[in-house]
Amino acid sequence: MFNHLLSLLIWLPILGAIPVLLAGSGRPNAARWISLLVAIATFVASLGLLSQFNAADSAKQLLENHVWIASLGVNYSLGVDGISVALILLTTFVGILVIVGAWEVIQTNPHQYMAAMLVLEGLMIGVFCATDALLFYVFFEAMLIPMFILIGVWGGPRRVYATLKFFIYTFFGSIFMLVGLIYLYLQAHTFDLATLASLPLSMKEQTWLFFAFLIAFAVKVPMVPVHTWLPDAHVEAPTGGSVVLAAVMLKIGGYGFLRFSLPITPDAADAYAWVVIGLSLVAVVYIGYIALVQEDMKKLVAYSSVAHMGFVTLGIFIAFMLVRGTNNLDAAKLGMQGAMVQMISHGFVSGAMFSCIGVMYDRLHTRQIKDYGGVINVMPWFGFFYVLFAMANSGLPGTSGFVGEFQVILASFQANPWIAFFAAFTLIIGAAYTLYMVKRVLWGDITNPHVAEMKDINGREWFVLGAFAAAVLALGVWPQPLIHLMDASVSQLVTQLGNHKI
Amino acid sequence: MELSTSILLTIALAPLVGCVLAGFFGRFIGRAGAHTATILGVAVACGLSFYVLYQITAGGAPVYNQNIYTWFDIGHYSAHVGFMIDRLTAMMMVVVTFVSLLVHVYTIGYMADDPGYQRFFSYISLFTFSMLMLVMSNNFMQLFFGWEAVGLVSYLLIGFWYKRPTAIFANLKAFLVNRVGDFGFLLGIAGVLYFLNTLDYATAFAAASTLVGKTLQITQNTHWDAATVICICLFVGAMGKSAQVPLHVWLPDSMEGPTPISALIHAATMVTAGIFMVARMSPIFELSETALSFVMIIGATGALFTGLIGIVQNDIKRVVAYSTLSQLGYMTVALGVSAYAGAVFHLMTHAFFKALLFLGAGSVIIAMHHEQDMRYMGGLRKYMPITWITMWIGSLALCGVPFFAGFYSKDAIIEAVGESHRLGASYAYFCVMAGAFVTALYTFRQMYLTFHGKERFVVVHDHGHGHGHGHDDYAHAGHDAHDEHHHVSHKDDHGHHEPGIMHDTPKESPWVVTLPLILLAIPSIIVGALAVKPMLFGEWFGSAIHVNEANNVLGELGKEFHDWASAGLHGFTQLPFFLVLAAFAIQTYIYLFNPSVADRIKSALKPIYNVLNHKYWFDAVYYIVFARGGMALGRVLWKGGDAAVIDGVLINGSASLVDRIAGGVRRLQSGYLYHYAFAMILGLILLLGGYWLVGQ
Repeated sequence: MFNHLLSLLIWLPILGAIPVLLAGSGRPNAARWISLLVAIATFVASLGLLSQFNAADSAKQLLENHVWIASLGVNYSLGVDGISVALILLTTFVGILVIVGAWEVIQTNPHQYMAAMLVLEGLMIGVFCATDALLFYVFFEAMLIPMFILIGVWGGPRRVYATLKFFIYTFFGSIFMLVGLIYLYLQAHTFDLATLASLPLSMKEQTWLFFAFLIAFAVKVPMVPVHTWLPDAHVEAPTGGSVVLAAVMLKIGGYGFLRFSLPITPDAADAYAWVVIGLSLVAVVYIGYIALVQEDMKKLVAYSSVAHMGFVTLGIFIAFMLVRGTNNLDAAKLGMQGAMVQMISHGFVSGAMFSCIGVMYDRLHTRQIKDYGGVINVMPWFGFFYVLFAMANSGLPGTSGFVGEFQVILASFQANPWIAFFAAFTLIIGAAYTLYMVKRVLWGDITNPHVAEMKDINGREWFVLGAFAAAVLALGVWPQPLIHLMDASVSQLVTQLGNHKI
Repeated sequence: MELSTSILLTIALAPLVGCVLAGFFGRFIGRAGAHTATILGVAVACGLSFYVLYQITAGGAPVYNQNIYTWFDIGHYSAHVGFMIDRLTAMMMVVVTFVSLLVHVYTIGYMADDPGYQRFFSYISLFTFSMLMLVMSNNFMQLFFGWEAVGLVSYLLIGFWYKRPTAIFANLKAFLVNRVGDFGFLLGIAGVLYFLNTLDYATAFAAASTLVGKTLQITQNTHWDAATVICICLFVGAMGKSAQVPLHVWLPDSMEGPTPISALIHAATMVTAGIFMVARMSPIFELSETALSFVMIIGATGALFTGLIGIVQNDIKRVVAYSTLSQLGYMTVALGVSAYAGAVFHLMTHAFFKALLFLGAGSVIIAMHHEQDMRYMGGLRKYMPITWITMWIGSLALCGVPFFAGFYSKDAIIEAVGESHRLGASYAYFCVMAGAFVTALYTFRQMYLTFHGKERFVVVHDHGHGHGHGHDDYAHAGHDAHDEHHHVSHKDDHGHHEPGIMHDTPKESPWVVTLPLILLAIPSIIVGALAVKPMLFGEWFGSAIHVNEANNVLGELGKEFHDWASAGLHGFTQLPFFLVLAAFAIQTYIYLFNPSVADRIKSALKPIYNVLNHKYWFDAVYYIVFARGGMALGRVLWKGGDAAVIDGVLINGSASLVDRIAGGVRRLQSGYLYHYAFAMILGLILLLGGYWLVGQ
C-alpha cells in the first residue's frame, strides 16, 4: 500500500509551485494551466483519503514518521483522523476553485500569484496532518508567508497596513503558543501530540497553557475581541486570498482548539469554558449588529464570518458543560459535530460569498454596497447564486449553513437554555444583515449606469459558483456522510474531555 | 391498502421537478413549456393526494410513518427525512395541491404578459414542494425545513417585481418578521429534544406525558413548566408564519406580490402552516393550560382588531389581506380552546373561499388594468358576471351565512369558545362574536364598492390625452385619495396610469382565470355541509389530533348536533347571523343608497379612523425601534467598540506605544563612543553596587 499519501498531499502543491514559477511572467497561460493541473492532482489525491481512511476507527491513520531534528526530539510525523480528512478535502476543493477564480482576473505576475496559492495550500494541508507539535507550529507559521505576499502584492490600496496588521496580529498570537510548546517540551521531552495529551499537568500549569493556546487560536478563528484584523485583511486581499482566508485559514483556529486546548489542558479548558462560550455569544450578537451597518460588502461578509465562527467555538466548548456538568456525552457529540459541520459549511459559504463579491468587483471595481443596486436586472444567473449563498449564510435549512447551527443550538439548549437563546439570535440578525445587503445590491431598479453594463457570469465563473453551490446544497440536504466521516474521531475527543488530569 | 413510499415521494418531488424545469430551462422550453411542466407536476401531486386521502379514509390504509433517509445520526440523537401520513396530513395535502393546481392554471391568465413568466411558475412549484415537505413530515427537523423553505419562496414571490422599492421592502420585512417567529420555533424544537430526547413526532407524542411536572430552570430561583415553555416557543413560530398579533405586520405588505401567490401562499396554505403545526402538536399543547390560554388570547385579539383595519382599506387586495389576518385569528382561537379539529376545519373551508376571494380580486385587477383602488371601481358586475357571482359566493362563505362552507366552520369556533372555561375565554368570545359583525362590514363594503353602485372610472379610448381626473361622483372617493398615503405605492408595474382613467372597457377575464374561480366556488358552498359532521364532531381525524376529555368543547357541541341541514336552519336564529344581517343592512344603505354617509361617519369618528388607518401604529413603531434602532445600535457598537476601543486603543494603541518606546530607545543608539563608554561605566557601577547591596 502506498503509505506516503499525506506527504504527497503536502508536497505536491508546494513542489508544483516551482514549475509554475519557472513558467515566468512571459507565459502566463502556462503558469495557469500548470497550477490548475497541480490543484486538480492534489484534489484527486485527496479523494484517495476517502478510500484509504477507515472512518470507523478513531485512531490517527496513514501515519508517517521520520526523525527530523534528533537533538530536540522533533519528528516529521503525520497522521489524520476524520476531522483532518474533512478539512483536507475542503482545502483541496477550495484549492481548485481559487485557481480557476483567479484565471484572468490576476494580470500582474499570475505565475507568482498561483505559486503562492499552491504553496499556501500545501502548508495548510500540513497543518491538518501534523501530529508533532513543532511540525504543526512550523506549518502554522509558514502559512502566514504566502498569505502575507498575496495580500501585500495583489491587494487593494491599503494593502500594506492590512497585511502588516494581519501578520503581526496572528504572529503575536502564535508566539504565546510557541512559549507554551517550549514549556511542554521541557516537561515531556517530546513534541508528540499524543504524548502531550497524556502528560499530567497541574491546574496552574494548565491554566497558563490554556490561555497561551487561547490567544494563538482566538486570533486565528477569530474571536471577539481579537477579530479586527479580519475585516481589514479581507477588504484589501484579492478575491482568491479572501476565499482561502475565510474558507480554510480560519478553520485552523478551530482545529487548534481541538488538537491542543482540549487534550492538553482539559481541566483548565473546562474551568474557563465560560469565557469562550461568552465570547462566542458576543460574536453572534455584537458582531451581528456591526455587520448590519457595514457599507463595504467584503467587510460585511468578514464580520459575518466572525459571527459564524462563533458557532464553532461555542459548539466545541459547550461540550465541556455537557460532559462534565450533566455527563451527557451524546449532547456533547452533537455540539462538537455541529462545530465541525459549521467549519466545513462556513468554508463553502464564505468562500462562495467572497467569490460572488469578486465577480462583482471585477466588473465594477468597487465593493461599496451603495454603488450597486438592481444587479439582478442584468445578471440573473449571478443573482440565483448570490441569493442561494445569502440564504446559506442566513442558515436556511436545505443549505449547509443550517446544519451546524441547528446542531449547536440543540446541544446548547441541553446545557443551558439561555445559551441557546442568544445563539439562536443569529436566525434574526444573520438574516437581517445578509438580506439587507442582498436588497441593496441585487434587487431594485438600476440607479448606477455602470451597473447596466455589467455582463452576466461567464463559464469560468459559473464553474466556480456552481461548484460551491453543489457543495452547499449537498451538505445541506444530506449531512450524514460528513458526520459519519468524523463520528469516531469526535466521539473519542468527547470521551477525552471527561478525563481529568488532576 | 398500505400507502407506498414511491407514491408519496412522487407527490413531493413532482412539483420540484416542475420547478427545476421551469426555472433552469425556462428559456429553452419557453412559456408554454414552463407552464405545462409545472402544471403537470402539480397535477400529478394533486391526483395522487386525492388517491392518498381516499386510501386513508375509505381504503383502510393504516397511518404511514417511515423515514426515507437519515439526515444525521449522532449518539442517540438523530434526524431523518421521512413522511407521516395520517388523516390530518392527507387533508392538508389535498388542500395544498388542489389550490396550488388552480392557482397554476389561473397564473397563465394573470401573468400572461409578465416577462418573469417562467420564473413565476418555477417559484410556485417550489412553494408546493416546500409546503408538501412541511405537512408530510414525520419529524421536527423536516418540519422546520419546510417551514423555512416556504418562507424563502414567500420572500422570493413578495419581491417578484424586484424593481419596485415597496416590494423589496416588503419581502425583507416578511422574511425578518418570520425569522423572529422561527427564533422561538427553533427554541421550542430544542426544548422538545431536551425533554423528550427525540425529534420524531410519534416518539415525542408518545412520551409527551412525561413532560408533566418537569420544569426548566430560567434563573437561580425561577423554574418554568416544561410543557408551557415548549408550547409557547413553538407557538411563537406559528405567530410568525400565521401572522398573529404582534407578528402580523408582514402579511398586509406581502400584497406587493402578484395576486396568485397572495391567494396560494398568503391566504390558503402557507399562512395556515402555524395552525396546522399547533394541531399536529396537540398532544403537547394539551399539557399546558397556560399556553393554550395564551394562544387563545393572541388569536382573539387578532380576530377582532385586524378585522377592524379591513374596514378602512381602499385597496381591494388589502381588504382581503386583513380579512385573512382576522380569519387566522379565528383559527388560532379555536386552537386555544382545544377545538383543534375546528381550527383545521376552518383552515380547509377558508383555503377555498379565501383563495376564491383573492383570485376574484385578481380577476378584477386584470379587468381594471392593474388598478387596485376600489374608489376607482364600482358597477363592475355587468362587465364580469362570473367574477361577480363567484366572489359573492366567497363573501357569503366568509361571513358565515348559513349553509355556506364558512358557516359551519366559523360558527363552530364561536360556539366552541362559548363552551370553553379557559382563562380569558369570555374575552375571546366577545372578540370572535364582534369579529363576525366586523367581517360582514368589510366584506359587504368591498363587494359594493367593487361591483355595485355607479362606475367611478371613465373609459377614454384615445391615448395620450391629459384628461385631468375622472368624475368625482362619489364625494368620498376624491377625499380619500388625499389621506390614503400609500395607495400609489402598490400598483403593479404595468405602466403608469392615472387613477380612474381606463383605456378599454373592463371585460370578463379569460377562462383560465374564471375556471379556477368556479372550481373554488363549488367547495366554498358545499364542503362545509359535507364535512362538518365527520370532521368536527366525528372521529374523522382519529389519532392525528389529541384532546383531553376535560377540554373537549367540540364533543360538548356534538351532543346537540344532528345533521348539516338542521344546523344550517338553526343558524338563521343565532346571534352571528343577526350580526351579519345588521352589517348587510348598514352597508347596503350606505353604499347603494347614500354614499355620503360613509364620509360623515368617517369625519365623526376621526380619531378611531386614524387609529385604524395607521394600523395601530405597529409598523411605525417597529420601524423606528427595530429597523432604525438596530442600525443605530450597530453603528454605536462598530464605531465605539470595534473602531475606537479595540482597534483605536488596544491594537493601534499598542502599535504606537511600541513605536514611541522604540523611538525613545533609539536615542540610546547614538553612535557616539563616549555615550557607550558612559553607559558601560554606569552599568558597571550599578552591577557592582548591586552586588554590594545584596551582599550586605
